Amino acid sequence: MAKWMSVAQVKEKIEENSAEEVTARYLEVIEKSKINGYVTVSEKSLEQARKIDVEGHEGSLAGVPIAIKDNISVIGLPTSCGSKILEGYVPPFNAHVIEKLLAAGAVILGKTNMDEFAMGSSTETSYFGPTANPWDLERVPGGSSGGSAAVVAAGEAPFALGSDTGGSVRCPAAFCGVVGLKPTYGAVSRYGVIAYANSLEQVGPLANNVADIAVLMDVIAGYDRKDSTSIDSKTEYQKALVDDVKNLKIGIPKEFFGEGIHPDVEKAIWNAIHKYENLGATWEEVSMPNIKYALASYYIIAMSEASSNLARFDGTRYGFRENGENWHSMVSKTRAEGFGTEVKRRILLGTYALSAGYHDKYYLKALKVRTLVKQDFDNALLKVDLLMAPTMPNPAFKIGEKIEDPLTLYLSDVNTCPINLAGVPSISMPCGFTDGLPIGLQIMGKPFDEPTVLRAAYTFEQNTDYHTKRPPEVA
Amino acid sequence: MEAAIKVGLALEGEIAEETQFHRKNYFYPDLPKGFQVTQYDFPIVSKGKVVIEGEDGEHTVGITRAHMEEDPGKLVHIGSIEKSKGVLIDYNRSGMPLIETVTEPDMRSPKEARRFLDKFRNILEYLDVFDGNLEGAMRVDANVSVYWGTRVEIKNISSHKGVERALLYEIMRQKNVIRRGGKITLETRHFDEGRGVTISMRTKEEAEDYRYFREPDLMPMRVTDWIPEIRETLPELPDAKRARFIEQYGITDMHAKSLTSKIMLADFYEGVCAKGVDPKIAATWTADVFLGELNYRDLAISSYDGKKIGFIHTKDPEIENSFKVSDMIELVNLFAEGKVSDRAAVEVIRTILDGKEEKAPSRIIEEKGLFKAEDDLVTKAVAETIAENEAAVKDYLGGAEKSLNFLVGQVMKKTKGTADAKTARELIVKELM
Repeated sequence: MAKWMSVAQVKEKIEENSAEEVTARYLEVIEKSKINGYVTVSEKSLEQARKIDVEGHEGSLAGVPIAIKDNISVIGLPTSCGSKILEGYVPPFNAHVIEKLLAAGAVILGKTNMDEFAMGSSTETSYFGPTANPWDLERVPGGSSGGSAAVVAAGEAPFALGSDTGGSVRCPAAFCGVVGLKPTYGAVSRYGVIAYANSLEQVGPLANNVADIAVLMDVIAGYDRKDSTSIDSKTEYQKALVDDVKNLKIGIPKEFFGEGIHPDVEKAIWNAIHKYENLGATWEEVSMPNIKYALASYYIIAMSEASSNLARFDGTRYGFRENGENWHSMVSKTRAEGFGTEVKRRILLGTYALSAGYHDKYYLKALKVRTLVKQDFDNALLKVDLLMAPTMPNPAFKIGEKIEDPLTLYLSDVNTCPINLAGVPSISMPCGFTDGLPIGLQIMGKPFDEPTVLRAAYTFEQNTDYHTKRPPEVA
Repeated sequence: MEAAIKVGLALEGEIAEETQFHRKNYFYPDLPKGFQVTQYDFPIVSKGKVVIEGEDGEHTVGITRAHMEEDPGKLVHIGSIEKSKGVLIDYNRSGMPLIETVTEPDMRSPKEARRFLDKFRNILEYLDVFDGNLEGAMRVDANVSVYWGTRVEIKNISSHKGVERALLYEIMRQKNVIRRGGKITLETRHFDEGRGVTISMRTKEEAEDYRYFREPDLMPMRVTDWIPEIRETLPELPDAKRARFIEQYGITDMHAKSLTSKIMLADFYEGVCAKGVDPKIAATWTADVFLGELNYRDLAISSYDGKKIGFIHTKDPEIENSFKVSDMIELVNLFAEGKVSDRAAVEVIRTILDGKEEKAPSRIIEEKGLFKAEDDLVTKAVAETIAENEAAVKDYLGGAEKSLNFLVGQVMKKTKGTADAKTARELIVKELM
């Protein structure tokens, strides 16, 4: 069996051999892993695959293995969000997306590493240590869904689920040379996904090609009564996989090509834009003047919501607990010990931004900026069908290079977080290399217009070979 | 949400066009998420009212607002709150939606506070949004101040009677503090039901910062369009029903008030009246006798299914029983036709309430020999009584009315209580005229 397989190829192999053999083969690869992508490898995956072989399954993913980010609840599998504070916590219920995957017959290989509570862009803040980038083991895979992107890039899973609050699917997709989609806010249920910032995040798929992204979206998307922000957009994602971009209007927001962008990244993006032009699309520059405020707005909103979301981790009911003389001291000690530095920093900043006297100055103002950013997207997408820009201004950096400097690390989200403020769909896909490191092209669309985003991405993929390149270090 | 709107309409309040929920952030062991979802500055209901019977006639209590929020959970102290060594947390009701209603400071006495609560609860039961027999279904925080001074909040009182008692105590305490030259501090107090006193829980030295912000997981809902449909489902409310009972059945206001104090009792009464019995007699037997006997036995009405009214013991829910509409009809008719005395009818009701097996009133009357005596039997007893009690007869004729009571008593004794006291009295008077 080939190390890297598309879902279609995996299904052929299941047909030829068995689901059990396919899963066993992935487990073998995981066993030899050099990247620390999995936090937990499921003991039940083989059994799950065997059951599908024996009983048969009509689902679209019957026997197909998948990796799940460690903030998505799966019955029986420890779900820790990369944090000590959730040590020993095993969810008694499945996230909605997991229910959907299981119903489709998917086999869960395990839980993937992530920045603690999805707070980071490098997967270095995980309690379980950093994950290495398969293209250069000394570099970060991006984050926060770094584990999910890295295992897909390293052939340790055909595809994976991540979550994207400010770029957490697209950033690691770009750094690891895989495809990652942040769906429109509301397209996928967040029920059972441990929240970092509710108003921004979405579960998103990561895969080695665009078609597999669509396959996964057809399974996980839709309305869920347990998430009142979810809606049924009735989108048929795989139907969007058409090799045709004729007359498609592409907008190039110059604000996404700001100071500090790597020249090779800029070049690769323009090469991609010219490729689209050759394929029959047109492009024009568009202006989104409020994008420069997006990062500040994003961090204030995300941290404010996080300060509230993470209050539940107090040692009272589950997870890690440090004893104290009374309840308040137990809670203080548990949180002081259980959370990592970055998480504590964000809780403190978020608490501050919501406090009386600062609420209007920071939180409320951030919400107003958010509205302006959304309007920028609305206006730009009136004129064009899609927006294109670099996902990350730079390729993957070295492990340890930025971790001591949170502000620099925050700045790496500059091109991804505006999308979460606006709630629009956005995909990152490989479009070139610099010094052997992948570069990601970001394609943003109108709300619930994933079909146009996917069509553009699919067409690019059909006419280029970036997605066929594999990291030599793990080959 | 529909239930909250229903309550709002019944309180004649204004309903918000759109729902909005906020998070109230604070750490407390009964709050599993570390925040409570609540309606902060956009309550679903505002500016309502409830009319109660005040100290000096009809009195209106203003409703400031009613908002929805989630129930946190419940702390259970081992023993008393002061001496408990540990705290247990019961999360069973955590996350359940509830309505918190805030009134204007319109109640002028502990009694009015209790009457307001009784009336409010009565309305909620009419709306069928609430089961008052469930523990903790209605909890009260009562605020009180004297001489227009600083207010004190007494938290989580579980009964209406408890509210009245807590307020009486608290008013006395505050007046005495001031009399001794002390000052009332803004604080939260706990009511110890057992000792009937309030105990300081915490002082509100500075307002806590709850860091409110919009709950991102709950989308706003436009509910304005729901209102006409919900209004259609509003039942006849207690005051309207009371007025109609007086009008339709010609009963007294006292009876109408009593019968409408519980929707199930009102329905039971109407079930009885529907079968053509005398509504005034039915009102007396339902409101005065039947309800009185229930109260005497600590039984609370808990159901009505069109055929029978059910009740459970207020302290032991294991004890439950019911009373049939058909039994009340039979009894009222027997009484109206003069076939049973009032004493016998009361006896029948008691027998049914205390009985384990179902028996029709006529059978109870027969088994206990409660049928009213034949007239000639009473006439005979009257004649005998007059002959046997010369002294009493003489006293009566001399103007001592009390002696007449004695003579009636003797007739009743002779007839073993089956005679109608009124008839016996009339016969004696006639005989001695």
